[in-house]
Amino acid sequence: MSTENATTNAKKNEISGTIREYVTVYINDQVFGIPVSDINEVFHPKAITRVPLSSPEVRGVLNLRGRIVTAIEVRCKLNLPPLEDGDGNNLMAVGVEVDGEAYGLIIDKVGDVLQLPAANCEPIPINMDPVWQKVSSGIYRLEKQLLIILDIKRLLDVEATNKLAA
Amino acid sequence: MDDLLSDFLAETLESLEVVDTELVKFEQHPEDDAILNNIFRLVHTIKGTCGFLGLPRLEALAHAGETLLGKYRDKDLIATPETVSLILESIDQIKSILDHLAETQSEPEGTDDAIIEQLVAASEGKVETIATKSPAAPIPEPIIKPTDKTEEKEEELSSAVGYDEDLDRELRPGEVSLADLEAAFLAADGPDLDQLAAEAEAAKKEDEKKASEELTAKKSTDPIKLVQTVRVNVESLEDLMTMVSELVLTRNQLLQTVRETSSDDLKLPLQRLSSVTAELQEGVMKTRMQPIGNAWKKLPRIVRDSAKAVNKKVQLNMSGESTELDRQVLELIGDPLTHMVRNSCDHGVEPSDIRVAAGKPEAGQINLSAYHEGGHIVIEVADDGAGLPTSKIRSKAIKNGIISQDEADTMTDNQIHRLVFAAGLSTAAAVTSISGRGVGMDVVRSNIEQIGGTIDLKSEDGKGTTFKIKIPLTLAIVSALIVETVAGKFAIPQLAVVELVHTSKTGEHRLEMVSNTKVLRLRDTLLPIIDLSQITGEPLEASDRDTGFVVVMTVGEQRFGVQVDSVFDTEEIVVKPMSNRLKEIEIFSGNTILGDGSVIMILDPNGIARRVGASQEIEQNSAQSQAKETAECTKTAMLLFFAGDREPKAVPLNLVTRLEEIDPKKIEMSNGRHLVQYRDSLMPLVHASGAPVFNENTAQPVLVFTDNGRSVGLAVDEIVDIVEEELFIEMSDGSIGTIGSAILKDKATEILDVGHFLTLGFDDWFERAAAEKTMEAPVKKRILLVDDNAFFRNMVKPLLNAAGYEVTAIESTTEAWTLNDNGEDFDIIVSDIEMPDDNGVNFANRLAEDLRWSEVPRLALSALGQHDLEKIGAITAFTDVVRKSDRESLISTINYVLQSQGEAA
Repeated sequence: MSTENATTNAKKNEISGTIREYVTVYINDQVFGIPVSDINEVFHPKAITRVPLSSPEVRGVLNLRGRIVTAIEVRCKLNLPPLEDGDGNNLMAVGVEVDGEAYGLIIDKVGDVLQLPAANCEPIPINMDPVWQKVSSGIYRLEKQLLIILDIKRLLDVEATNKLAA
Repeated sequence: MDDLLSDFLAETLESLEVVDTELVKFEQHPEDDAILNNIFRLVHTIKGTCGFLGLPRLEALAHAGETLLGKYRDKDLIATPETVSLILESIDQIKSILDHLAETQSEPEGTDDAIIEQLVAASEGKVETIATKSPAAPIPEPIIKPTDKTEEKEEELSSAVGYDEDLDRELRPGEVSLADLEAAFLAADGPDLDQLAAEAEAAKKEDEKKASEELTAKKSTDPIKLVQTVRVNVESLEDLMTMVSELVLTRNQLLQTVRETSSDDLKLPLQRLSSVTAELQEGVMKTRMQPIGNAWKKLPRIVRDSAKAVNKKVQLNMSGESTELDRQVLELIGDPLTHMVRNSCDHGVEPSDIRVAAGKPEAGQINLSAYHEGGHIVIEVADDGAGLPTSKIRSKAIKNGIISQDEADTMTDNQIHRLVFAAGLSTAAAVTSISGRGVGMDVVRSNIEQIGGTIDLKSEDGKGTTFKIKIPLTLAIVSALIVETVAGKFAIPQLAVVELVHTSKTGEHRLEMVSNTKVLRLRDTLLPIIDLSQITGEPLEASDRDTGFVVVMTVGEQRFGVQVDSVFDTEEIVVKPMSNRLKEIEIFSGNTILGDGSVIMILDPNGIARRVGASQEIEQNSAQSQAKETAECTKTAMLLFFAGDREPKAVPLNLVTRLEEIDPKKIEMSNGRHLVQYRDSLMPLVHASGAPVFNENTAQPVLVFTDNGRSVGLAVDEIVDIVEEELFIEMSDGSIGTIGSAILKDKATEILDVGHFLTLGFDDWFERAAAEKTMEAPVKKRILLVDDNAFFRNMVKPLLNAAGYEVTAIESTTEAWTLNDNGEDFDIIVSDIEMPDDNGVNFANRLAEDLRWSEVPRLALSALGQHDLEKIGAITAFTDVVRKSDRESLISTINYVLQSQGEAA
């Protein structure tokens, strides 16, 4: 996939002072950006084993080249309705690693890699959904759309905070 | 962190542990020079290292301690407990400074003058040199600003602080001024001079590697253990372990694939590969093995301090220190062991005088032992103290609400002892700093269970307590049974599985339901069955799944079965820890990748038991022994019916007055209750299932209970049968409306509590009638009821009481004669005539000839037909015969007989 190659290349060009590289992903027609350095790979998750009694956004676990990866449904994390995708054969996931553990963030589809000047990153509007605010670290105004930058660490932590709140 | 600093910390902490242990030994054997030399050398090394790392505070402390030790070594002083305590205190202080160092990379502010002065004072007596005084002030440290004190010192010793006169320059970090060195030399002996000089040289060259190598070299000349060792980073070992695990998995995959093909070419090399992999696995696991002695190192010191704190004498004996176990496990049992040893000191061992009075040796003995036993490592902590205070634990547990009084009464001593593992229990009257807060043993148990181990205890009053911990040897790779339910495939660790049972509707083993609990009859025990799909939250109809398998597991002493649909084979799986966010799910202990690449969860028997609460309630033994009290050995007629579901329920037939079928249209509602007009009065209707759901179109079967002109109807779905069987009630789960369950017609049947339903109809079912009667007849007539069937007696007596009679219910005719001898009198004798130890007719005949009771009317209770009764002569011997099942008739006959007697008299 072109994105996978781009990812490899992008990894080599780490975040420099002024230009930041993001992999774009689409969730519910909203485009998000994830810093390339956070992403290990992009893959089609297959054979996800459900984990009974787990939180709703944990779709399950799967085996990725010998490593057990926890599959997280990002739509669920963002309080969006799930994809009507019956048996889940066409899923798309972004592989990240946080605190030594591997996660697969299930998204709708992957877009291109963008290189954007850091200066253009604007703060999140205060009227944005609080859950989205927690996981975003900024917003870019692109030509045709708004790019929300995702903070992976906080995305995966949000649940912990929610748990405490609940 | 700086490499040198982290190495230093690791090594110094290790040395300090050894110093602790050695000091305790030394205290007990002050004449042992070898121990003393060892200690001296260790402290000296610490001091030196601190010196050339530029850690003045540590160096000062170590130096003061070393000086005192030197005095012992030179025989200038004799070690006393106070001085040893002092040195131990300084060691503790060093440890805390090291902790601070670990966090902040520099020494904490402040000085240790107090301790140092004490040390100095202790070492004084004969020799007093300036040198001992100089380390008391902070040694020049270019990073820290020179204080006023150090300026004073400049004048005193003319050794430059920050500026070395001899060298004509500022001291660089890590350097000690020559003047200070000389002063130190004066205090120490010859050999030290060389060492110090060598050390100083090393520091001046600022060769970090050399310094650590030298330390390592010194370590290996330590005469305690002359084993060739290599220091390896723990992470490397972990990586190695992971790779070997992957290798094992891949090998398993290969094995599976080859099993299908019949290619011989592959089989042979694969066999070879398999055995080599197994050896490699063993070898790598061995590298993670460490002797348990490592976890025991700090215990002697802890015992010493604890014993001192509570003024007792305690001796710690260790055996099996070389028994090896996995490093991970070692880390996890350290704290539990410490806790238990402290408990023994604090609570277990008695004060010396009490011990001597009891004939025990003055010093309490705590015995630590470790050994391998069948795939496990067993660790025992035993003391010869007073044992666990059973009654105190019992009352504290009741007080804290952990168990109820009833439960407490049925528990054995051992079960009470096990309560110490419950959270929130502490019998210590006063909480000391050591133990008694009541948060200890439950944490210990969960720590141990976390690694798949078990802990048990045995205690004997006055003799002592022994804790036994069993931990499986291999953590990473385990044998597991793969099972499947609708929720997917799961792995169950082989160690936890006791037995596998195939169940089917018609086979030898059947699953049965007892008021919403599934059970399995397995060789005379009732095993609680847990449906895995229910725990995992998948909705399912229980009654469909009678065919399948039950995996029998034990958790501690609790046995239970887990119902699954199918069982695959056993596989060797690599346990991978659950991801952080899934860790809290208690029924899983990890996950793994199967040979076919899929990921499955590993079940945790402890977690399952906890989730279902099976670990606390339903102690099979106690339930059965309770049931045995109410057990019945003779046959009772029971009416079987369905109400609410297809599980059979029953009531004693003799309580039922009549069976009716009521036209549902006649059922009315009034005041929230269902009523029906019945024989000129309103009869309340209660449904036996608990829910007021009555038939709409078809006739509603009703069991009618009548007493004293009032009736209550118990509606059921379908009347099934009448059986006469031995009634053996067991497994009372305390739910309202049920007495328990019994096996009737080979099926587990719920026995309903009729009294409950009667009171639902009329609150005062049992009271009003009595009140009325007492108004009518101020003197109650006395009935002697003879029946060996306790159940029957218990059922009939309250009814007769309600009818206004005073009832004496006895078991046998023998008792009747005893009452007779005691001068008791009755107005009527009602007796069963089918009893094991006396023929009712004989009884009647004897009664007829008895002096006092010959005129008392005799009623026979029997199930026999008229003809048979004639045959045995019951008709003539008794005044009248009443059928046991005809309750109403019994009361009316009694009434009639007594009235007519009254008239006659």
